[in-house]
Amino acid sequence: MSILVNKDTRLLVQGITGNEGLFHTQQMLAYGTKVVAGTRPGKGGEWVLDGKVPVFDSCKSAVEATGANTSIIFVSARFAPDAIFEAADAGIAFIVCITEGVPVQDMMRVREYLDQKGVRLLGPNCPGLLTPGEAKVGIIPGNIAIPGSIGCVSRSGTLTYEVLYALKQVGLGATTCVGIGGDPINGTNFIDCLQMFEDDPRTEKVVMIGEIGGSDEEKAAQFIASKMTKPVVSFIAGQTAPPGKRMGHAGAIIEGGSGSAADKVKALEAAGVKVAKHPEEIPSLL
Amino acid sequence: MKLHEYQSKQIFGKHGVPVPKGRVATTATEARQIAEELGGRVVIKSQVLVGGRGKAGGIRLAKSPKEAEEVATQILGMEIKGLPVRKVLVDPAANIEQEIYLGITNDRAARRPVFMASGAGGVDIEEVARTAPEKIIKVHIDPLLGLRDYQANDIAVGIDLPKEHWKHFVEVCRGLWRAYSECDATLAEINPLVITKENTLIALDGKMLLDDNALFRHPDLAEMRDVDEEAPAETEARKYDLSFIKLDGTIGCMVNGAGLAMTTMDIVKLFGGAPANFLDIGGGAGAEKVAAALRIILADKNVKAILLNVFGGITRCDEVAKGILTALEDVKPNIPMVVRLVGTNAEEGRKLLADANMITAETLADAAKKAVAAATA
Repeated sequence: MSILVNKDTRLLVQGITGNEGLFHTQQMLAYGTKVVAGTRPGKGGEWVLDGKVPVFDSCKSAVEATGANTSIIFVSARFAPDAIFEAADAGIAFIVCITEGVPVQDMMRVREYLDQKGVRLLGPNCPGLLTPGEAKVGIIPGNIAIPGSIGCVSRSGTLTYEVLYALKQVGLGATTCVGIGGDPINGTNFIDCLQMFEDDPRTEKVVMIGEIGGSDEEKAAQFIASKMTKPVVSFIAGQTAPPGKRMGHAGAIIEGGSGSAADKVKALEAAGVKVAKHPEEIPSLL
Repeated sequence: MKLHEYQSKQIFGKHGVPVPKGRVATTATEARQIAEELGGRVVIKSQVLVGGRGKAGGIRLAKSPKEAEEVATQILGMEIKGLPVRKVLVDPAANIEQEIYLGITNDRAARRPVFMASGAGGVDIEEVARTAPEKIIKVHIDPLLGLRDYQANDIAVGIDLPKEHWKHFVEVCRGLWRAYSECDATLAEINPLVITKENTLIALDGKMLLDDNALFRHPDLAEMRDVDEEAPAETEARKYDLSFIKLDGTIGCMVNGAGLAMTTMDIVKLFGGAPANFLDIGGGAGAEKVAAALRIILADKNVKAILLNVFGGITRCDEVAKGILTALEDVKPNIPMVVRLVGTNAEEGRKLLADANMITAETLADAAKKAVAAATA
């Protein structure tokens, strides 16, 4: 078992003909993900990657022809909100947006619209997700994780790779690893993933990687204390981050006295979560 | 991106919010001329991108053009929180009856814009939010619908605004909403919005923060960035699409990925060192970016050692190592470099770098210890 993506995922790649889109489609296919279609307005009817994937002009036509149920977005930030709206209107139930740099007011409108339609979004500004041995939807390197019983959820990309890799070194694997992204307004948050891991029979323990900014980790701590039976181990990045500065991710900023790493660690520890001092400590805490 | 008060008020004015008729001066003579044109008492306000200008003596009243010149001379020679004052705004002085706070910001948790207002304006609103949150009215706005007039009315009622001002107040709210939404602001704030003794509403002070990610659709606003107000290294980093923040330690950090970059700083601290910066070189870590990043780090004379931490996933570690070596041919650091490569083909990568006399490490903890030792040696 796993969450969100598995071997039945039928993936549509929006922006499949761009450099990023094409490269990662190839990587996802090589991993075994069922990439059934791509879109690029004006290139409908063509095929990419030696005839492996058909290209359509729109999400609607791609969904009708291939039965795609999940989409991944590799288009640039100025076109990403439209791509999300298009996928939602075409009946895609789960949309993953890799794109970094989407304006935050656009994201507020996107999220409001998707909530009304009941469509789930992961990201933006995220590495996507990986169910080892079944499906890779995104840019997480496939070779750094093995199948196992640990659910992993994180706001960061490379830091997650670190953790997956450290787990693999000691023979621990993951059910699914979800990168929720580093933006202040995103589609799927910690609590959504914690709930799904709690409900997933294969997941035995959960690793949650947070960082400064916002209060999602504090809310997750409340959720863990009141709703979760499975143990959670955590790490919070940004202990040394100065207030008022955006640390790379749009959402990683301590502002108005809230969002500090110390507050998050305190809330998590109070909820019975073991918090690692550095990521390499995580395997020993599991 | 932060805008100056005068820039924010220009934008507010354009969107129908009443603002004072002042102008910006860069010399005391200019300040005098503006005061002469305005006539009467004026306020001379330093334009620097930090809070607490008033307390620092950077906002002062002048009764005559001559006094305006004197005051401007003093303020233009000041530094406020380390920033030299290069411009002053000369505004006509207002006769204040009541001060109101009115602002719009993004509420992350609610995922909506939120109007905040208080009848106790002119003060630090974050302080009010902490000490007397009941004095602040909050109204969330549906991002798909925008501000509705009834919501502006609700705010007026909420802050006990005298009835005679309601109609005008709704217009001010609409104007502020337009400024916020059309500029992709993350904050649009009037503090204070005043009721004058002449019974009019006017925005005496203004502040705007803009979403850097939205500047692509606002080239006019992007040009308003005041690079005098930021660390030169941060301006330089932006040119290369590097995310850089200067700190005051001795270990320069270069990392791929924002989360891992923060973690690297944290672990340096955990092992007794102090990070000199946050720097995310992004995915790939090609030679050109590494070289630019090295130059930026080395420009900081406090830096005694560099810690390069790269996770090679799709970009293999041996490719990253080759990029680093190419960059080193270009920039030749004369301080120790500790490199940690992990991920795909890490061993091959580490060997290439060890052959080039760099200190290599396998784990994050090991890398941090070695960097701290190198910086204190």
